[in-house]
Amino acid sequence: MAAKQRMVVVGGGLAGLMTTIKVCEAGVPVDLVSLVPMKRSHSACAQGGINASVNTMGEGDSPDIHFEESVYGGDFLANQPPVHGMTRAAPGIVALLDRMGVPFNRTPEGLLDFRLFGGTQFHRTAFAGATTGQQLLYALDEQVRRFEVEGLVRKHELYDIVGLVLEEGDGGRCVGIVMQDLKTMELEVLRGDAVCLATGGLGLIFGRSTNSMICSGAATGIAYMQGCRFANPEFIQVHPTAIPGADKLRLMSESARGEGGRIWVPRDPKDTRDPRSIPDKERLYFLEERYPGYGNLVPRDIASREIFKVCRHEGLGLGGQSMVYLDLTHISREKLDRRLGGILEIYEKFVGDDPRDVPMKVFPAMHYSMGGLWVDFEASSDGALAPASPRNHQTNVPGLFAVGEVDYQYHGANRLGANSLLSCIYGGMVCGPAMLSYAKGLKSVVEELPSGSFDEALDLRTKQYEAVLAMDGEENPWVIHRELGDMMLDHVTVERHNGELEEVAAKLEEMQERWKAVEVRDTVGRMNQTAQFTRHLELMLVLARAIVKGALARDESRGAHFKPAFPDRLDDAWLKTTIATYSPEGPVLSYEPVDISQTKPRTRSYAAKGAAAGAAKTEEK
Amino acid sequence: MAEEKVKLRIQRRDGPGEPTRWEEFEVEREPLMNVISCLQAIQRDPTTTGGTVVAPVAWECSCLEEICGACTMVINGRVRQACSALVHQLKQPIELRPMSKFPVVRDLVVDRSAMFEALKEVRAWIDIDGTHDLGFGPRQSQDVQDVTYPLSKCMTCGCCVESCPNYHERSPFIGPQAVSQVRLFNLHPSGSMHAHERLETLMGIGGIAYCGKSQNCVEVCPKEIPLTESLASINRDIVKLMLRRL
Repeated sequence: MAAKQRMVVVGGGLAGLMTTIKVCEAGVPVDLVSLVPMKRSHSACAQGGINASVNTMGEGDSPDIHFEESVYGGDFLANQPPVHGMTRAAPGIVALLDRMGVPFNRTPEGLLDFRLFGGTQFHRTAFAGATTGQQLLYALDEQVRRFEVEGLVRKHELYDIVGLVLEEGDGGRCVGIVMQDLKTMELEVLRGDAVCLATGGLGLIFGRSTNSMICSGAATGIAYMQGCRFANPEFIQVHPTAIPGADKLRLMSESARGEGGRIWVPRDPKDTRDPRSIPDKERLYFLEERYPGYGNLVPRDIASREIFKVCRHEGLGLGGQSMVYLDLTHISREKLDRRLGGILEIYEKFVGDDPRDVPMKVFPAMHYSMGGLWVDFEASSDGALAPASPRNHQTNVPGLFAVGEVDYQYHGANRLGANSLLSCIYGGMVCGPAMLSYAKGLKSVVEELPSGSFDEALDLRTKQYEAVLAMDGEENPWVIHRELGDMMLDHVTVERHNGELEEVAAKLEEMQERWKAVEVRDTVGRMNQTAQFTRHLELMLVLARAIVKGALARDESRGAHFKPAFPDRLDDAWLKTTIATYSPEGPVLSYEPVDISQTKPRTRSYAAKGAAAGAAKTEEK
Repeated sequence: MAEEKVKLRIQRRDGPGEPTRWEEFEVEREPLMNVISCLQAIQRDPTTTGGTVVAPVAWECSCLEEICGACTMVINGRVRQACSALVHQLKQPIELRPMSKFPVVRDLVVDRSAMFEALKEVRAWIDIDGTHDLGFGPRQSQDVQDVTYPLSKCMTCGCCVESCPNYHERSPFIGPQAVSQVRLFNLHPSGSMHAHERLETLMGIGGIAYCGKSQNCVEVCPKEIPLTESLASINRDIVKLMLRRL
């Protein structure tokens, strides 16, 4: 029997699982590789919901308005056809998830309930309590388990990707990966006619963030070092409301504000009364006052900047600290339990107060990377994505695809809340068919390729691993990481200043030198987490340099990238995508134009109602 | 702050079949500290109380918000997630052990794949026709969501089976978590079309009859899933199915 094609998908979150499902539905087998069992992927942390303009609330919402608001929310940096494809597909995606058994909250008539989220004035966000990401992840995991039982999926859990296999004689196309079994530390090769990275974000570069501890961006780093373009690295979303912690900054979902939560501080910073006894007129609801149109539901970049300003520049943080109130106490307990239960439990468990009785104390935290591996797309004649085009979601390395937070495609300079679950699933629905189309055009089956490139790649990665094990300097990798995280958090999040960025860039080079002097003090051949982390740290430093260089170069303010010295968006000079390319001396930057074929950039302001929807027509009722 | 240091006592093992040993550590007290931040402090300075520099402790973690289930371990004798185990609520020295019902990988890391195998056995999914556009699923009342959503929060963390006296090496019992998943999918309008197939997986060896009704599972479940209700409900459904087939 002739050898059959098979695909490799790295990453078991929403994007990787959806890609896998689409490939399996075509009868093509998949090797699915993940650092953790799929149910422990970072998608589980998404809380608030998934956007889809189903318009069952009788508000005149439509996918075109969703498109307008997403592009506007992203400050016009996103290529428009992929965004339009996503917003049009959204209602169908939510319907599919409903059929898969996701326990979405319901209306009295038994339909899906939708709530408000940032950057819009339509009830567009479907939700399952306040653990929507967890519920979507489980639903897709269950469908993949079904394919596993049918023999179409081979799972490799607790495996780490350590390299791509590129076939030099064949245009440098990607034909597989080298991966490491984290239990035994053995390295092995996995062949794939196409390879997909669905490896998520890079929050660990910022030390403490809302991300899971597995989100180091290491796979992004591997791809970048092997020739992939890294697009818009400087666009890092800072979520306005998180709970400070010693180990991480825990997300407090935007849905809290979508359900009516209000942000405030006492007007008098010396007011130390119990918040419940401070009368309304002595409270400063600064988002509502400054943005009367959208109030507490301004997009995340704006809310984070205002909270930062109130605490750091206006001296109004609670008790002089960097903290503001997120207040739900005016909402009934029954409504809170049913619609926000999961996040209230998190606050109760980790802080000890009941947010149904006491306003929560929150501060912004690094949350999401809008940038990521550059991927191509092919627009259709109706302004969305051409179905099954092999260009969609393919990186500049042939045969290598990227999908989910690891790509840069859908969110421009700032992501709207509840668009990430959507972009992961939509991306997977596009990426799977794109991989199949690409593989259909191949002349050979990867299973039959000579072993040369695979042996070389395995040999290279084995030697690198042995070199890490032999590191016997005086530095501790976790100590370097803590310094890296503190520095990035202080200087490369809400406000960016060129002087500070230059210092950070120099410090990163010093850290790369210090990295060489790490001591890997672990001689046990199993589950060597020191060796694994040391390897990830090297990649985090490489990516951090691209983030900082991209930020340093971009002398304007757009979405999440804000420089007080350059407070305006400068379209003539900067309406372009940053492309970072790896070189051993440091990142090399270039730029490419943004596809603005469907709606023209206009000034972004959330002061007035309806501003984000622009000219998009609301559907007739 | 009451004390400057946090004392920990950790059971270690280099791998399956290797001897276990106990090591003690002291780490600096920080505000808002949990067991995870203690283990992170040990990574930064893996020196025991006796002054010996050792390899850092291996443990599993991911989300740190008690939603992924990765960092489950036995803390002061109780199975739970390390992220939500706050230092100020724990007696010191804080004793950490790996879960005992699964093979040890290293130190506090165990191999929980048996639980994922159980999800395959009981067919824990909805049999959809495909991902093509077929519109929304059947309408459901909010009352149904109120029942199914809590069941659907199972992280497959292992707390219930760790505490279950009938789940061990010499018993084929599939565990409360898998039984509860059968209830979840059988409650769904489309899932109920295949309810019998799922119930059948729990009728024989390792099935519902192996539950000894100790009710430990519901006590330790971090997501407060009504596991005993699920066990009772599935038991009833199986009896009904058997009677019908007499």
